[in-house]
Amino acid sequence: MNLRKYLVLAGVSIFAPVGDSLLSYGMKQVGNISLRHPSQLLLAIANPWVGIGIVLLLGFFASYVTALSWADLTYVLPASSLGYVLLALIARFALHEQVSLTRWLGIALVSSGVGFVTSGPEVTRRPPRRRNQAGNVATEPS
Amino acid sequence: MIKHAISNLNGWLAILAVVLSSSAGDVLLSRAMKQIGDLGQMRRRRGLFFVGLLIVRNRYFLLGVACMTLAFYSLLYGLSWNNVSLIGPAAASLTFVANAIAARIFLHEHVDRRRWTAALLVAAGVVLMAL
Repeated sequence: MNLRKYLVLAGVSIFAPVGDSLLSYGMKQVGNISLRHPSQLLLAIANPWVGIGIVLLLGFFASYVTALSWADLTYVLPASSLGYVLLALIARFALHEQVSLTRWLGIALVSSGVGFVTSGPEVTRRPPRRRNQAGNVATEPS
Repeated sequence: MIKHAISNLNGWLAILAVVLSSSAGDVLLSRAMKQIGDLGQMRRRRGLFFVGLLIVRNRYFLLGVACMTLAFYSLLYGLSWNNVSLIGPAAASLTFVANAIAARIFLHEHVDRRRWTAALLVAAGVVLMAL
């Protein structure tokens, strides 16, 4: 693992919760959308918060597939779950919401899970089998 | 009473659909990206356009995105039948466990005790944070 890879994992952790929060904030401004008028869904993108939220979620997806290109799925998912902790910390210290004892316990469990998985290797090593689409030796499962 | 039971049943069916489609999506995306190789290295050598083209032409990637879309709509369906406080954490935490099993079976990842512990700790943590 190098700094670039840690930054990609940080991108997965940060973009998803912040993007979701911005979408939620924007959709509350837009109001309820009726199934009879689905075109309102397209107009919702005009709301700046919804627009920025979508850009951040695209950033999340790009970071996620990048991480999956060099790390195992069972490494990326727990390692990037710090986003849940980030959301609770934003709620406590930026939005001044009350965070219950059970939620702090949940934060502790998620953080220890992240600590556990990131202390191990990020990818299952196996002998190279064949060349991938770009002509590189791939680590594709058999 | 019957309404409540139907709402619960639909909620749990939606959770099952989210867990299955989301895990299938994650496994397919992971397989696609392992086939393509390290995106960072490839982008430096061949450029962003080439990397983008490789990704959108990969059939596992397209199937993975289709599964993710199905998971998203299953989640919306579940939310229309039951509370977010049940659907959200149940789907998220069960997906962590399902992914560990699916990655071991379909991707042949070495899911050792450390990774199992991490998946279970995060799954339990997600449930506690949603309470």
